[in-house]
Amino acid sequence: MSLLNVNNLTVSIEDDENLKEILHGVNIEIKKGETHVLMGPNGAGKSTLGYALMGNPRYVANSGEIIFDGKNIIDESADKRAKAGMFLSFQNPLEVPGLPLSSFIRNAVESVSGKRVKMMQFKKDLAKNMEVLNMDSEYANRALNVGFSGGEKKKAEILQLLMLSPKLAILDETDSGLDVDAVRTVSAGIKEYQKKKDGALLIITHSTRILESLKVDYTHIMVDGKIIKTGDASLVDEINEHGFEKYIQESK
Amino acid sequence: MKEKTYVEDINRSMYDFRNEDKDNFKIAAGLTPELVSQISKEKNDPAWMQNFRLQALQIYNQMEVPPWGPSIDGLDIDNIVTYVRPNTHMKTKWSEVPEDIKDTFEKLGIPQAERKSLAGVGAQYDSELVYHNVRDEVSQMGVVYTDLESAMHGEYADMIQKHFMKLVKPNDHKFAALHGAVWSGGSFVYVPKGVHLDIPLQSYFRLNAKGAGQFEHTLIIVDEGADLHFIEGCSAPKYNVANLHAGCVELYVGKNARLRYSTIENWSKNMYNLNTKRAVVEEGGRIEWVSGSFGSHVSYLYPMSILKGRGARMEFTGITFAGAGQNLDTGSKVVHAAPDTSSFINTKSISKGGGISTFRNAVVVSEKAKNAKAAVSCESLMLDDISRSDTVPAMDIRCADADVGHEARIGRISDDAVFYLMNRGISEEDAKAMIVSGFADNVSKELPLEYAVEMNNLIQLEMKGSIG
Repeated sequence: MSLLNVNNLTVSIEDDENLKEILHGVNIEIKKGETHVLMGPNGAGKSTLGYALMGNPRYVANSGEIIFDGKNIIDESADKRAKAGMFLSFQNPLEVPGLPLSSFIRNAVESVSGKRVKMMQFKKDLAKNMEVLNMDSEYANRALNVGFSGGEKKKAEILQLLMLSPKLAILDETDSGLDVDAVRTVSAGIKEYQKKKDGALLIITHSTRILESLKVDYTHIMVDGKIIKTGDASLVDEINEHGFEKYIQESK
Repeated sequence: MKEKTYVEDINRSMYDFRNEDKDNFKIAAGLTPELVSQISKEKNDPAWMQNFRLQALQIYNQMEVPPWGPSIDGLDIDNIVTYVRPNTHMKTKWSEVPEDIKDTFEKLGIPQAERKSLAGVGAQYDSELVYHNVRDEVSQMGVVYTDLESAMHGEYADMIQKHFMKLVKPNDHKFAALHGAVWSGGSFVYVPKGVHLDIPLQSYFRLNAKGAGQFEHTLIIVDEGADLHFIEGCSAPKYNVANLHAGCVELYVGKNARLRYSTIENWSKNMYNLNTKRAVVEEGGRIEWVSGSFGSHVSYLYPMSILKGRGARMEFTGITFAGAGQNLDTGSKVVHAAPDTSSFINTKSISKGGGISTFRNAVVVSEKAKNAKAAVSCESLMLDDISRSDTVPAMDIRCADADVGHEARIGRISDDAVFYLMNRGISEEDAKAMIVSGFADNVSKELPLEYAVEMNNLIQLEMKGSIG
């Protein structure tokens, strides 16, 4: 059974009070444990798809369905989608002054699981996962993303991924702006998530570095708000060599 | 469509219970020389105080209501009962306090806090103190903590006459004059030279009577090299008529002494809170204000610090939360009157549901204040389109080598940040409450733990509305 089924999804954003359509009928199917890669030129609508799947109120779904775990969630708010098992790692994680990372994650874990977490166990899990990500334990007490470097912000996203163990993680350019070592560390975290939870992934990326250590099942190419080609892992290499030009021309 | 979460108005049931007015003594409403004399008589004032009150009343009658700030048209002093004596005398054991009054303070958690973490407690109910107690070891250190009324007749009578309303004179403004005429209750604290109190003293003010005014006077003298943390809490149940609070706080901080004055004010939303607080700080001394304003319909509150001696310092940390129907005008004023003085003002304000919050601030640096340093930072957070937040800074710098900085930021709660937190399974109202609590974090860090918890609860209540 498929975990995520997106059928003919169109999405608009508000632009000076007018609605501007960005996604023009997107179809995608992800099964449990699969890893999908979404590539495409800038402005193709990749991040829009991520936001729309997660229920950002600024992205209005005009038509289509988002079936997650057998249920159409298109009208659900973001917190309900998270509770259902979806997760979006932000390209630019937001800063929340005064909210310590660890208490935020604990709140999130309790919200998603609907259960109180035991403090001792939580601290142990957090410390273990921070170690996987090579994060200084001091970050646990710092305000969420405030003063974090780009790399630390992305690591904090993956830390949340590991702590929340969703069924599907959408990673929006998690590798952008990271140095080689940070990409490797983040990859290790993503691998851990796959292994531990048999978690499914939709990875939005421009580069291929983050994919090197991951087994990719499908690659989708999005141009101008539509998925115009779906292939296997080899498509990543092809894009790597030849770029998107061919696909941009085809879609015109 | 998307689920919409409404952020409702606060449920104040934890503060809103009220007791019947029974067996108490109430003066007639309004303000005349006869009424003021009657208060004097009821309170057994010394002669100088009787005269003081009548003079203050004269000043009150001559002065105009301030032409700036939120409207106080809803307040008619002819309808305010200025003196309400509860049906008891001041006790030093909770068990002797009448049941209904004791219940009130039990619900507010005062006796519990006293047992746990306070060196002394005063509890005022309407116009008079009903309970006052200090730990033995504290009084053995020579610390005096008592009601002002009995202190006026005891060994500190001269000290009180020398300091009472000398820092805030009745002609300061109309409501200072009113206070001088009808003040009742409050606390007198004296910390002798070199004495350090490690745990705080606390006064709690509860106004129960409908349509009444509370005019408590707090006079604190911290002598050379001494150290004190004083906490003030206030609340009242809501009535559909105006209540008035016009208290006055005078703080004398001696040479190299330190005083921390923390307030969590949560008056009900029919209250006019026209409060005056002022501190004078001698050489090397330090005043630290921590001020949380959550309640009242209208507030005018600008604690002022006069840095009189060389190297005197002040720090002001404040937060104001204006919800529906509230217009809270708060801030801080500092006067640098000596060299090497420094001040640091850090405030946050939150407005929601059409609430108006104004930060009014003044920094004065006199010619004598060479090397003075002043830094002001204020941040405002508006939670919706109908709320309002203003900043009114004033600077009067008369010394060329002063270092003065001002930073103001006004912003809306970020939809993206709310969405970000919701992405992790947190509901919209919890996400907003977390952002607001985080915004207030540097203030709660300054509060004693119990008060930080109370402040957080207040924020949660304000953000989430009806619970229970």
